[in-house]
Amino acid sequence: MPSGKNTALAKKGGAQDAGNGTSRPTNLKFTKDEELKALRDMLLIRRFEEKAGQLYGMGAIGGFCHLYIGQEAIVVGMQMTLKQGDQVITSYRDHGHMLACGMDPKGVMAELTGRRSGYSKGKGGSMHMFSKEKNFYGGHGIVGAQVPIGTGLAFANRYRGNDHVSLAYFGDGAANQGQVYESFNMAELWKLPVVYVIENNQYAMGTSVERSSAVSDFSKRGASFAIPGIQVDGMDVEAVAKAGAEAMAYCRAGKGPIILEMKTYRYRGHSMSDPAKYRTKEELTEVRETRDPIENFGKKLIERGVVSQEDLKAIDTQVKAIVIASAEFATESPEPGVAELYTDVYA
Amino acid sequence: MSTEILMPALSPTMEEGKLAKWLVKAGDVVKSGTILAEIETDKATMEFEAVDEGTIGEILVAEGTEGVKVNSPIAILLAEGEAAGAAPAKKAAALPAGEDHKTVADKGAEKASAPKADIANDPEFPEGTEFVNQTVRDALRDAMAEEMRRDELVFLMGEEVAQYQGAYKISQGLLQEFGERRVIDTPITEHGFTGLGVGAAFDGLKPIVEFMTWNFAMQAMDQIINSAAKTRYMSGGQMSCPIVFRGPNGAAARVAAQHSQDYSAWYASVPGMKVIAPYFAADAKGLLKAAIRDPNPIIFLENEIVYGKSFPVPKLDDFVLPIGKARIVKTGADVTLVSYSITVGQCLEAAEKLAEEGIDAEVIDLRSLRPLDMDTVLASVKKTNRIVTVEQAWPICSIGSEICAQVALHGFDWLDAPPTKVTGEDVPMPYAANLEKLALPTVDDIIAAVKAVSYKA
Repeated sequence: MPSGKNTALAKKGGAQDAGNGTSRPTNLKFTKDEELKALRDMLLIRRFEEKAGQLYGMGAIGGFCHLYIGQEAIVVGMQMTLKQGDQVITSYRDHGHMLACGMDPKGVMAELTGRRSGYSKGKGGSMHMFSKEKNFYGGHGIVGAQVPIGTGLAFANRYRGNDHVSLAYFGDGAANQGQVYESFNMAELWKLPVVYVIENNQYAMGTSVERSSAVSDFSKRGASFAIPGIQVDGMDVEAVAKAGAEAMAYCRAGKGPIILEMKTYRYRGHSMSDPAKYRTKEELTEVRETRDPIENFGKKLIERGVVSQEDLKAIDTQVKAIVIASAEFATESPEPGVAELYTDVYA
Repeated sequence: MSTEILMPALSPTMEEGKLAKWLVKAGDVVKSGTILAEIETDKATMEFEAVDEGTIGEILVAEGTEGVKVNSPIAILLAEGEAAGAAPAKKAAALPAGEDHKTVADKGAEKASAPKADIANDPEFPEGTEFVNQTVRDALRDAMAEEMRRDELVFLMGEEVAQYQGAYKISQGLLQEFGERRVIDTPITEHGFTGLGVGAAFDGLKPIVEFMTWNFAMQAMDQIINSAAKTRYMSGGQMSCPIVFRGPNGAAARVAAQHSQDYSAWYASVPGMKVIAPYFAADAKGLLKAAIRDPNPIIFLENEIVYGKSFPVPKLDDFVLPIGKARIVKTGADVTLVSYSITVGQCLEAAEKLAEEGIDAEVIDLRSLRPLDMDTVLASVKKTNRIVTVEQAWPICSIGSEICAQVALHGFDWLDAPPTKVTGEDVPMPYAANLEKLALPTVDDIIAAVKAVSYKA
């Protein structure tokens, strides 16, 4: 692909609207615009989640709230490999996915605060948000349920005869659900275009992979269905995009499903009420200091001469402004009208 | 000593069948495993093997004969050295003799007799509509075929729906007409294919997901309730799940606890879904077509024993019924009988017998369980002042429980007797024939309940 075209892709918003209608070649290095965009998108998710955590502490967000901090490189890298029409579906740890899909941070934050201008009019909350417009199919609160549904999206692609690919994200915890393997079987049997992205953040709520999984190499979980798997450093946005592009190309070529195991780490507890006593402070500190996806990518860009320390600060300031605006919007927006209680039950 | 070869029962619900072809003739020597005949049930054509050694003495039922009752003699088997024409032995003790045997036979007869209901007079059908008799099975198949012809987005998936032609033959011929892209055999993987169907529906396809029976849908309950039913609401109306889940519900015959359960009340309690449970073939057709077109997730509860029953079906090009409307299948002045699915037939039988005793029962077929047409029920109660609900399900938190509660709330002033339920017994379904019969409501139970609310017991 000529580089001029890539610049155009990045300028259009690249990952967010992935609107140029072509897949990313697998051997491509990030352009400068893409480098900046990846950094900025990861930072947006980080700052958004930090703000969500703060709002939760203030009582503005209720119920369950699962933060994505630490895992940002995965959705940002994967999103860069999608093209218009590809579908995304995930679990309840979904704020990052929505932002990566190009959903409006204001609408997402307003859903977290349960307001009428939220993506689900305040009726879904943190775990249940959707955007048909951005091909984001949720936001599912039951561990593993999104996997057969994502497989069904791929089925629809096959049925319609288009070349779209469905991207089904799930965690190391969900990877032990039976319905995941039921899905694997049908997906390979019918050669459905679905990329299963296993976000292995090492803990299924409080249970470590070692304590929950007989085989902890999740990239091999498709082996008995002949589904190939790739293990990826999920803390490296470029590695994610490279593997993602390979996976998308595999699916688009009609070869069936593929698994990407993203090795990552969740900095916060499982949800806001989880003190995360099941792991040591040292373990967390070590990951933050040595593997942080944003820190490391920022350093790389400085080394490459793409940005200066001041540029990074400026990007952070811009992102913070977006997040502050979304928080203001989300706390000022009115609650849903009482009549909304009874709407949207049936078509 | 010669023995009778009896017409075999080749499925749990088979009561009679067609002797399609004899593969032996008088004088042939047979031994255990010899294929004697081909027998056609309402589901399939099966080979029938000899169990004993001997010589075929006489063929009693000619090939091509239809409606041969299970356990009736179809041939005589002679023992070694015996001449044709020897007196057959008394019936082997394969079945319990006397009263018990009669009980089984009676039960069969009760099921087989199609009750008289004058659905042709229903204002739903335009005047002058021509009717043809059709089984519920064929009506369901036609409904799917018509909708698949009409809309490319409609497809059928489930276990054995394609090459096998349907475990209960509901999808017969659909693979041949629509091909494997649209008629899809799934692995035995209810949780998975239900979720897959929901995902396809989220994308805008219109799946018909067949459960071989609703008992197996419990494996998929999370996807049905949490994903299909709730997502429209949880998405603030953005997402739609136009999917039909269908299959046989309730007790079949002699398949015991894990395969004999009526799930009506479970599904009818969930907002976001519509629940349909027809009895007549016309309703099966018109409501299944409506279900396939409906943008909401639909639970379509059929009944295995009803599949083979024939009823008049209107000969209309595009016969679609409204979901959520009950039908008064027999008008009456003295008591309201409210039911759905197979027990509608029992209500009609009970009404006939009650008429002989001077009690004029009105019979309402709910057809839809959600939305529940309480207007029709309450209007009837205002006229009759008495209500008996009838269903096969367990008694606690049943459809009848809900109707009785609503009648007590909204029709209290019109009631001359307590709203009364006739239900299945509060036990898992037993296997033994006599116990199974006791676990299910009977026509006599309905008559007794009507007499009780009429103070004529």
